[in-house]
Amino acid sequence: MTEPRQIPTKLALRGAGAASAAMLLLTGCGADDGAPVLTWYINPDDGGQRVIAEQCTEEADGEYEIRTSLLPADAPSQREQLARRLAAGDSSLDIMSLDPVFVPEFAEPDFLAPVPDDVAERTTEDTLEGSLQSAIWDDEIVSIPFWANTQLLWYRESVAEEAGLDMEGEVTWDDIMEAAESTDTYLGVHGVRGESISVWINALVESQGESILEDPQAPAEELETSLDSEAGQQAAEVFSTIGEEGLGGPGISSMDEEQAMRLFQGDNGSFMVNWPFIWAATNAAVEEGTLDQEVLDDIAWTQYPQMEEGTPTAPPLGGINLGVGADSEHQDLAYDAVECIVSPERQTEYFLTNGNPPSSEAAFEDPAIAEEFPMADDIREAIDNGAPRPQTPFYNEISETLQDQFSPLSGVDPETTPGTADEHIGEVLRGERLL
Amino acid sequence: MSTATTDKRAKLVTQQDRRRQEVRLGWMLAGPAFVVMLLVTAYPIAQAVYDSLFSLRLTAPDERDFVGLQNYLTVFSSTDVFWRAMIVTVLITVVAVSVQLVIGFALALLMHRAIARLRGPLRTAILVPYGIITVVSAFAWYYMFDINSGFVNSWFSWVPGISEEMDWFAETWSALAVIIASEIWKNTPFIALLLLAGLAQVSDDLLEAAKVDGANWWQQLTRVVIPNMKAAIMVAVLFRTLDSFRIFDNVFIMTNGDAGTEVLSLLAYRQSIMRLEIGLGSAVSVIMFVCVVLIAVIAVKGFKVNLAEGTGSNAGQKKETK
Repeated sequence: MTEPRQIPTKLALRGAGAASAAMLLLTGCGADDGAPVLTWYINPDDGGQRVIAEQCTEEADGEYEIRTSLLPADAPSQREQLARRLAAGDSSLDIMSLDPVFVPEFAEPDFLAPVPDDVAERTTEDTLEGSLQSAIWDDEIVSIPFWANTQLLWYRESVAEEAGLDMEGEVTWDDIMEAAESTDTYLGVHGVRGESISVWINALVESQGESILEDPQAPAEELETSLDSEAGQQAAEVFSTIGEEGLGGPGISSMDEEQAMRLFQGDNGSFMVNWPFIWAATNAAVEEGTLDQEVLDDIAWTQYPQMEEGTPTAPPLGGINLGVGADSEHQDLAYDAVECIVSPERQTEYFLTNGNPPSSEAAFEDPAIAEEFPMADDIREAIDNGAPRPQTPFYNEISETLQDQFSPLSGVDPETTPGTADEHIGEVLRGERLL
Repeated sequence: MSTATTDKRAKLVTQQDRRRQEVRLGWMLAGPAFVVMLLVTAYPIAQAVYDSLFSLRLTAPDERDFVGLQNYLTVFSSTDVFWRAMIVTVLITVVAVSVQLVIGFALALLMHRAIARLRGPLRTAILVPYGIITVVSAFAWYYMFDINSGFVNSWFSWVPGISEEMDWFAETWSALAVIIASEIWKNTPFIALLLLAGLAQVSDDLLEAAKVDGANWWQQLTRVVIPNMKAAIMVAVLFRTLDSFRIFDNVFIMTNGDAGTEVLSLLAYRQSIMRLEIGLGSAVSVIMFVCVVLIAVIAVKGFKVNLAEGTGSNAGQKKETK
């Protein structure tokens, strides 16, 4: 999971509460029937994973029982908890909901149980390309894609019209920056020092046909980043312009995905790059009466902005993959359960109830999806074109250094920042400096 | 040999036996606590010192290498990270403790002099911030100053330097000001309480004598009250300095180290928990531990106070032996 939350906070809390209550009940009265208990460590959602756990337990007909255990809210904290447990050989990690960027870090020291060939084949036969790539490490499928995520360019039709932008055609970062400036409105981007900074830089570099890492499989000492390049400088230029000209609003340095959504929904909102969760959240806000219907009617979407006109865009990729712990005592059963969890029907249902898009192509075909999510085709296209973040066991170090160097936005200098970032990443990976 | 001598020797032997028994009893009573202390403090410290000599990443358990003092060299040579964090930590500590001491002393005087009827409610009111959990108070201060949810900007926009669009947590100085202010608000009651106990120890006779000698209020305060409560002041300063030096919650909640506000404990957290680099994280923790010990030694030596003198009975005994 890349985004902090895929659903409104209240719903998330309600879901978390229900999950905890269910856990307590299950702990109190479960396991009497003698079925092996599989623990599924889930990221917070709107209760969808808990429902799937119940459905698959029922479907297993006594063969196993799935209990869910809630991980912390943000992806880095989820990684921290899972890494500590995996390193300690915790056998309760039967199934884990993993942010795809941390898959190589867990796969490299063999913390994940090998995926049986037949399971890999059945579960990934129609997986969208971007999502499939995130499940592979060292040319092998080491985790199973459960759902995929991507960002779209959301915009207020009234602002685009005022700025004279043709949103049906190709839209570049320059276009939206100029439009925000000319209409005196703010861009919904993510300036807070956090994972979203790395997501954004990667998308800007990938949208120029380049990659941050030359050789993602290289060991720490030889790993080199290539930000000090034309592509890296162009990416820094976008950061710097938005920061220096105040295009992201006064609160840019603390703006994460949710803050950006609130800014976008406000009077000064214009354009925003963000995950699809904002659609469900905006609809919920209108239903609750905290947001006017007019705002919802004014919101439209298109593909992630291009860096240069005519150059294909490479939007960020996120989502959740499922992994099985190497120390799990029920690996075979866990993979049976994984197959049940990621079936296209369940992915469809999960999208409809929780707003998280499927990684399976077939799952998109349900007509109910187009009705509930009018942007479903755009999401699918974006996932297909999306570029994953650097797939390396050292992603965390790279990401933290990028966050350090590229925030605050106003401090980014296209001439020097990319070079310094390259240098610092190299030193951090060689153990020559602190983060 | 007379019976008197024999009696005397027998008495001496009994006394020695009793003393030995008392020592044994003392060890038996204190022993378990001593062992627990060793387990919960000495063992983790020793483990951290040991781990700091290795290059060890939690997600690469097979690549554990002995590197000697390399981790310490890395830490000390990371000027813009480690030394910056050290300066920020020291700055927060010095400013927060100094202000707390002054305000705390004023509050202690107020509580000490308050008429009996007001004393209880006054103490309760002053102690409220200290009763709030640090994380909760950090969140409260964060939401007060946050540009999106805070009320400070709209309430105080008439104050020069504060505007509706001011992002307190975007710049180093404004962010540090909020962090230090929250630290002062939260912990001043603790200092006030300790100093109040110190004030109560100052004998009224001494003050009467000073008054008779014609000392004014300021002279009484600086020549009689403060010197006689040195132990209490030292304990307050020492405790607060150590606490402030280990500041974590406020910074973690409000800025997470952004805008140049990273402190040493956050740096240790970042290396050990976020990077999972146990060796480097341990090195930072050991350095912090050494700093804490140094602060304690400097405080005790600087104030020239024997901590045992803080209790009335010990102080009395000492005077007698002199």
